[in-house]
Amino acid sequence: MGDGPSNEKGAQIMSLFEVLTIIVPSTLLTAAPLIFTSLGGVFTERSGVVNIGLEGLMGVGAFTAAVSTLGLEHAGLGDASPWIAILFAAIAGGIFALIHAVVSITFRADQTVSGVALNFLAAGLTIFLVKMIYEGKGQTPYITHNIDKINIPLLSKIPVIGPIFFQQVTYTSYLAIFVSILVWYIIFKTPFGLRLRSVGEHPAAADTLGINVIRMRYIGVVLSGVFGGIGGAVYLVTITSNYNVSTIAGQGFLALAALVFGKWHPIGAMGASLFFGFAQALSITSQQIPYLDRLPSVIMLTAPYVLTLIVLTGFVGRAEAPKADGVPYIKGQR
Amino acid sequence: MSYAIEMRHIRKEFPGIVANDDITLQVEEGEIHALFGENGAGKSTLMNVLFGLYQPDKGEIYVHGEKAVINDPNDATRLGIGMVHQHFMLIDKFTVAENIILGREPKKHGMLDMAKAVKIVKELSEKYGLDVDPNQKIEDITVGMQQRVEILKTLYRGSDILIFDEPTAVLTPIEIQELIAIMKRLVKEGKSIILITHKLKEIFECCDRCTVIRRGKNIDSMAISETNPTDLASMMVGRKVHVQINDAPYEPKEKVLEVSHLSVLDQRKVSVVNDLNLTVHGGEILGIAGVDGNGQTELIEAIAGLRKVKDGSIKVDGQDLTNQRTRKIIEAGLGYIPEDRQKHGLVLDFSVGENMVLQTYYKKPYAQSGFLKNKVITKKAKQLIQEFDVRTPSEKTLARSLSGGNQQKVIVAREVDRSPKLLIAAQPTRGLDIGAIEFIHGKLIEEKKKGKAVLLISFELDEILHLSDRIAVIYEGRIIDIVNPKETNENELGLLMAGRRKGGAEA
Repeated sequence: MGDGPSNEKGAQIMSLFEVLTIIVPSTLLTAAPLIFTSLGGVFTERSGVVNIGLEGLMGVGAFTAAVSTLGLEHAGLGDASPWIAILFAAIAGGIFALIHAVVSITFRADQTVSGVALNFLAAGLTIFLVKMIYEGKGQTPYITHNIDKINIPLLSKIPVIGPIFFQQVTYTSYLAIFVSILVWYIIFKTPFGLRLRSVGEHPAAADTLGINVIRMRYIGVVLSGVFGGIGGAVYLVTITSNYNVSTIAGQGFLALAALVFGKWHPIGAMGASLFFGFAQALSITSQQIPYLDRLPSVIMLTAPYVLTLIVLTGFVGRAEAPKADGVPYIKGQR
Repeated sequence: MSYAIEMRHIRKEFPGIVANDDITLQVEEGEIHALFGENGAGKSTLMNVLFGLYQPDKGEIYVHGEKAVINDPNDATRLGIGMVHQHFMLIDKFTVAENIILGREPKKHGMLDMAKAVKIVKELSEKYGLDVDPNQKIEDITVGMQQRVEILKTLYRGSDILIFDEPTAVLTPIEIQELIAIMKRLVKEGKSIILITHKLKEIFECCDRCTVIRRGKNIDSMAISETNPTDLASMMVGRKVHVQINDAPYEPKEKVLEVSHLSVLDQRKVSVVNDLNLTVHGGEILGIAGVDGNGQTELIEAIAGLRKVKDGSIKVDGQDLTNQRTRKIIEAGLGYIPEDRQKHGLVLDFSVGENMVLQTYYKKPYAQSGFLKNKVITKKAKQLIQEFDVRTPSEKTLARSLSGGNQQKVIVAREVDRSPKLLIAAQPTRGLDIGAIEFIHGKLIEEKKKGKAVLLISFELDEILHLSDRIAVIYEGRIIDIVNPKETNENELGLLMAGRRKGGAEA
C-alpha cells in the first residue's frame, strides 16, 4: 500500500461517477415508455380485466405518433408536433382498447385470447396503413422534431446530482414519474380508485352496492389503451423516430412484466419499469462502460429479458393479483 | 296498521321450476320475522325479489304501506331495505371502513375522506353495539366480525328493514349468541328484521313471528308464541320429523382406531395436536366436542393421511398407518366425510356419478385394462342415488349444481357404501336442513349398529349429545376428558371445552 493504490482508488471513483452519468439518463429514457404502459396495465387489471394487448396498444400509439408528428411538422407546428402527437396517440390507444373492452367485458370472451388478437391486429393494421399512406413503403419517414435530450435548466447545475439525473434527459421521463404518483393517488385516494379496485376484487359485492361493474371495467380497459398509446408514442418520439414493423418489439410485454413485478401497484410498476429500463440501458451503453464492454453484445442485448425471467421467478414472491383479475362478471352468479 | 314489508302473491319461475308460487309475506314494523323453510324451498328467491336481484313474474310489493317497484339493489337501498348476504359480499383486501363506505364515499374536495369514514363507522358501531375495528383489513378479522361489517354496510345506507340470509351458518355457537343479541338490539332501535333460516332453535330464541314456505308455496304464518318446535318442523318438511336418537345399545367391540401420543403441526408449523391419545371401538360413535381450532381438523387430516404426523402413531384395525399415503389408508378401511364438502369432499365440476366412484374408479368392476367402465359406474351411481335419496336430475348432473344437503348425501353415499371399518364424519350436517340432518344422523347410527367405528366431530353440541356413545373433549390439541353423554349436559361440556376440568381446575 503506497501512493499508487490511493491514486488508483481516486480514478475508480471518477469512473463510477462517469458510469452513472451515462447509465442513469439512459435508464430514465428507456424506462419512460414502460412506465406509461405499465400504468395502463395497473388500470385495466385493477378493474379485473387482463390485457396482454399492451404490446399492440403501444404499437398503435407509436404508429399514431409517427404519422401525426410528420403531419404536424408539415403543417408547421415545429417543436410542439411530438407533444400533440402523444395526445393523438393516447386517443388512438383508447379507441383501440375499446375492442378489447367490448370483446372481453360485454361478450365475456377469454381475455388472453382477445389480448393476443389485439396484438396481431395492431401489428397488421399499422403496417398496412403505413404502406397505404407512404406509397408502399414498409416504414414511415423519420420525424425531424423529436423530443430531444436536454440539460434541465438550474437543476443540471447541481454538483454530482445534476450531471447524473438532470443532464441529457427528456421531459417525458419526469412526466412519467410524476404521472405514476398521480395514478397512485387516483387509485388509492379517490372514490373512483376505490370503486375501480372493488370491481377487480369482488365485482358481485360492488354490484350489490350499486356500482356499475361493466362501466368501471370499460373505463379501466380504455385507460390502459390511453396509457399504452402514450407509452408507444413516447418510445417513438424519444427513441426510434420512425415506425416500422419492429419498432415495438417486446416493450409491451416488458411493461406487463413490470406490472406483475410491481405487484399491480403504480409506484411498484414504476420501480419495476425503471429496473427494466436500467437493464436495457446497460445493453445500450455497455460499449462505453469499463468491463462490460468486454462482454459479447449478445449477452447484453438479451440481458433485459433474462433479468425479467429471473426477477419474475425468484424475487417477486407471492404475486397477489386482484382477486377477480381475468374473470368475466356475470350478474347473479356466485 | 301498515306492514314494514308486504309481499303479495309473489310468483317467480325459472326455466323448469316454479321457485315461488303465490307467496305472501307480511312483516310488521319492529319485529323479527322468520322466513322458515328447507334448502331449496324458495326462501332466497323470495328475498332476492325483495332486494331487486330478481323481478317477480306476478305479485306486488309494499314497503311501509306504499306500493314499490324494485328493479335493482339500488332501488331496494333507497327504500331502506338492506341485505346481509349469506356469502359475505366483502372485499378481503379492503379495510372495514372501505368496505362499508364503498359506493357512497364521504368526500373532501373530490377525494376520499377516510378520516371521516372511520369516524362514521366508529359512531355506527358504537350506536348499535357492533364491535369492529374500522382500520383492519377484512382478511385479518374473524367471520363473526365480518358479519358485523355486513350489518354495518346496511346501517350506513340508512336501512330500516334488514334481511339476514342464513346468518348463523358460518358462525360458532358463541358468535350465534352475539348475533342474536345484536338483532334484538336492532329491533329495539326501530329496525325490522327478516331472518331466513332453517334452524328451529334460532326461531324460538329470537323471532316474533314466522312464515313457513315449502317447495315454493306458502304454508302458514303464525306468532312464535302460538307454536312449538315439533309442529314447525313438520310444517317445514311436510311430514312428521323423527329426531334420530342413538338408542341402539352400547356394545363396544374390538379397538378399530388407536391414536397414541400423536403430535401434528399446522401450516404455520405450530404444534396443534399435542401428545393426543384416542381409541375408537367398533360399534360405537365417539363424538369429539371442542371449540373450533383446538386441533380437530389437524387430527382427522393426520388420520386420513392428508397431513404429516410429527410424532406418535395411528393404527386402524391393528395396522400401523402413520404417515401412509391416503389411498393406502382408505384401502385399509377408512371412510372420510370431510369438513368442507365443496373443497375436499367433491370435485364440483365432475358429475354426481363420477364423484361417487372417486376412491374406487381404478378398481374392478369400475375399470378394466386401464379404461373406465361407464356403464358399471352409471349403474352404481343410480343405485346409490336411489338408496341415499339424492335429489338430482340424473347421475350426469354436475355436483356443483346440487344443493348443499344433496352434495353431502353424495359424499355420505360414497363413503358409507364402501362399508369402511372406521368412518370419520367431520361436521357432517353443517348448513343442512332438518330433513337432510335426520337422514345423515340415521346413516351414522346405522353404521354403528353394523359394528363399525364412527368418529364424529361437530361444533353443534346438540349433535354430539344426541349421537355419541362417548364424548371426548378436545382442548388445545389434547383429549382432556371423556364423558358419558347420559351423565353430562351442555353446561358441563361448555366448561370442559373452555379448558376447565371437572372440579374447576384449569387444564
